[in-house]
Parts: sequence; C-alpha cells; structure tokens
Amino acid sequence: MKAIPDILKEIRPEFDFAASNDFFSDGMLDSFDLMTLVSTLDKTFGISIQGTDILPENFQNIVAIESLLRRSGAKL
Amino acid sequence: MKFTFRGKKISGVLTVVPANEKLFIEEMRNFNFPEGRSLKLAEVMGYKKRRQVTGNVCVSDLAVFGLKSLFDRGLLKPEEIDALLVFSICPDHFVPSTSNIIQGKLGLRHDAVCLDINQACAGFVIGLIQAFMLLDQPAFRKVVLVNGDVLSRRASPKDRNIFPLIGDAATITVLERDPADETIHAEVRMDGSRSDALLVPAGGFRQPSCAETAIMKDAGDNNFRADDHLRMDGTAIFNFVQLEVPPLIDSVLGAAGLTTDQIDYFLFHQPNRFMLQKLADKLKIPHARVPMNVVENFGNSGGASIPTAISFNLADQAKNGRFRACLAGFGGGLAWAAMQLGIGPLEFCEIIDFP
Repeated sequence: MKAIPDILKEIRPEFDFAASNDFFSDGMLDSFDLMTLVSTLDKTFGISIQGTDILPENFQNIVAIESLLRRSGAKL
Repeated sequence: MKFTFRGKKISGVLTVVPANEKLFIEEMRNFNFPEGRSLKLAEVMGYKKRRQVTGNVCVSDLAVFGLKSLFDRGLLKPEEIDALLVFSICPDHFVPSTSNIIQGKLGLRHDAVCLDINQACAGFVIGLIQAFMLLDQPAFRKVVLVNGDVLSRRASPKDRNIFPLIGDAATITVLERDPADETIHAEVRMDGSRSDALLVPAGGFRQPSCAETAIMKDAGDNNFRADDHLRMDGTAIFNFVQLEVPPLIDSVLGAAGLTTDQIDYFLFHQPNRFMLQKLADKLKIPHARVPMNVVENFGNSGGASIPTAISFNLADQAKNGRFRACLAGFGGGLAWAAMQLGIGPLEFCEIIDFP
C-alpha cells in the first residue's frame, strides 16, 4: 500500500511534504488538489471519506491526514 | 418552505445542446497547470467533453429551436401554452424578459403568462414548483418550463476551476394536470448570506461592465479571470452541498413517508462526478441509482442539468414506463431544493443538437 507522503508526491511532485506543517498555507495544495487527494486516499485505503470531512484542516499535514483516515475506517 | 401538489405531472422533457463539442484534453493546454495534474483532476471530476455555444447564441435561441422542433413534430401546440417560465442566469437582455422574446418569436398567445426567474442550479426544481403552483389555478392547463444557460460566455478560458466544467444547454419541460392525482412533495431552502460563493462580480448595475472589468487578473491560484467572469469558491460550495442537501432530502422523503430504498433514481444537479459520488455515499445510496455522467458528456449546464440527466440516461424508461424520482438542485444564491415525484410515461424525452 502506498504511503501518504508518496500519494502527496504523486499529486505535487515539486514539493517536500514531510517538511511542511500546513500544506495549504505553504501553497503546496489547493482546493482542487484536495479532491484528487481524497479520491486517491479512498481508492488506496478502500474507504469513502465523508464529504463533510473534506475540509482543509483535515488535510493540512500528514498527522491530520492519518487521523482522518483512522476516523474514516482505514487500517494504517 | 414545504410544498405539496396533487394531480400534476411532467409530460415531456426535451434537452437542446449546442452541436459544438469541446474536449478537455485539447483545452487543458490553455490552463496554467502541468498537464499531468490537470489529467488527474479530470479523472476525479469527470472533465471529458462539453457543449459550448458559438458566437452570440443566447438562451432564447436554444429554447426557440427546441420549441419549434416540438411544434413541427406535433408534440406540442403553440396555442396550448398557458404559461412560459424561463429559469436562467443568462438573460438575452436586462429588458425585455427572455420569456417575452421567446413568446414573440413563436407567436404564443397574448394571454399566456411569461415570466423570467433568476435561478441557477436549483432552477429546475424551483421551476417545477412554480409551474405546479400555476397549474393549481383553474385557467392553467399546460405550462412550459425552460431552464437554460450559456454560461461559457461568462467563464474565463484561463480558469481551470470553472471553464472545463461549464456546458451550455436549454431544456424544455412540459407540465400539466394529471388525472392520477398522485401527491408530489417538495421543499426549498435558501441562504443569501453565502451569496458570494458563486458570483459574477461585474455586468449588473452594482458594477457595470467596462474596459477595466474585462481585464484578466491573476486569481492567485494559477487561474486568471476578469470581474466579468463567473467565480466560485469551490470549497464553500462543496461543503454547502455535503452539509445542506442530505437533510433536505431526508425532510422531503420523510414528508412523503418514503425511504431512500423506495426511490428508483436520485436525479441531482450535475456539478461534477466527485461531488455527486460523495453526496451518494453520504446518503448511503448505490451509485447506480444516481446518474452522474452529465458533466463528462455535456458539461454542467446549471438548471438544465437535471432534465439533461433524465433525457440522457432514462429516456426509454421515462417514455415507456414510470419511475419514482427524488430530484435535488443546489447552487447559486445559495439555494437548494428537492422534490419527490413519479416520472413517466412521457410523451417525449430526448436530446437534440442546436446547429
């Protein structure tokens, strides 16, 4: 299974996501990248992240994404 | 507000789309994004091909073409039309009403009521409600509802957030009395405090169009648009739909004493595939009962997208049978509206090309 940093790197190869604590304020992801990210996470982890959870604060760094994935039923 | 109607039905749906088809794979090089990133987004959102008017084609042109087609084939008679409602955010002019322009071009009766109502993506459901209210009057026997927009003319070709999802279309829906006397339930909600989420800043009286409003500016997210162009806060709209639409649908189905299992098709406004998939998952509805392929085939045509979904996906069933549908439109205003009703058998249900 792909790791979260690898998934992020596929969407925006030009950035080092491990070095950021807020992908949105650092300009590494925009709202449309977020749609691509959610779709990839759904497929990779066999879940459906709830639409009401698709908020920037749930995707602002790797810890936040891991937390959301657990809440959404993913086995990390 | 909640609405209940008895003895009303949809008797025909015609979708008119411009013959001019645009392909995302050809248009994406106009956007200021790497092609790989655009292709990934296209797969998620369903950007593939869309229809766009050419020159100065307006909503009235598409509607007149469609209505003439119905008249020519004997599917509708001009003298039968008691009211013509146009739901659009793309008027031909500020004055006169687009409905009056259509009335004049087609020689409709002078006692036919012609009304324009500015509604965007919730315009089909709100239009049906308006039509059914008129049909509650004894003098009204047949109402024609036109939903149409040519919003590609107000979308920046350098805005990847908006341009690839916009499709132009007009739909003609004929409504009349139904001796079967079945009950239809509907509900409308609106929140003008969030009206900035979907906005064309210039072109009205608040900020008239001028040379300055036509200047393309960097929107700060690799997109370029002018104040004359449509802008959308994608995150705000997405969250609005996911938060507000499911409770509205629960309320309408609850009023009808129905569960989601008793609905054959959920016919939602067609903003993009991703949003509809998430909406279906939230409502725990199988994707097979939620058509979500209008954007990839025609583009998002605003209020015309639900009737387009019917005529593209369910024409045979609608003409030859009957199904129970839950409709939901949501968008600019903000406005969101839902309705449950039976659809079919229709006298016509098809898509035609405007040359």
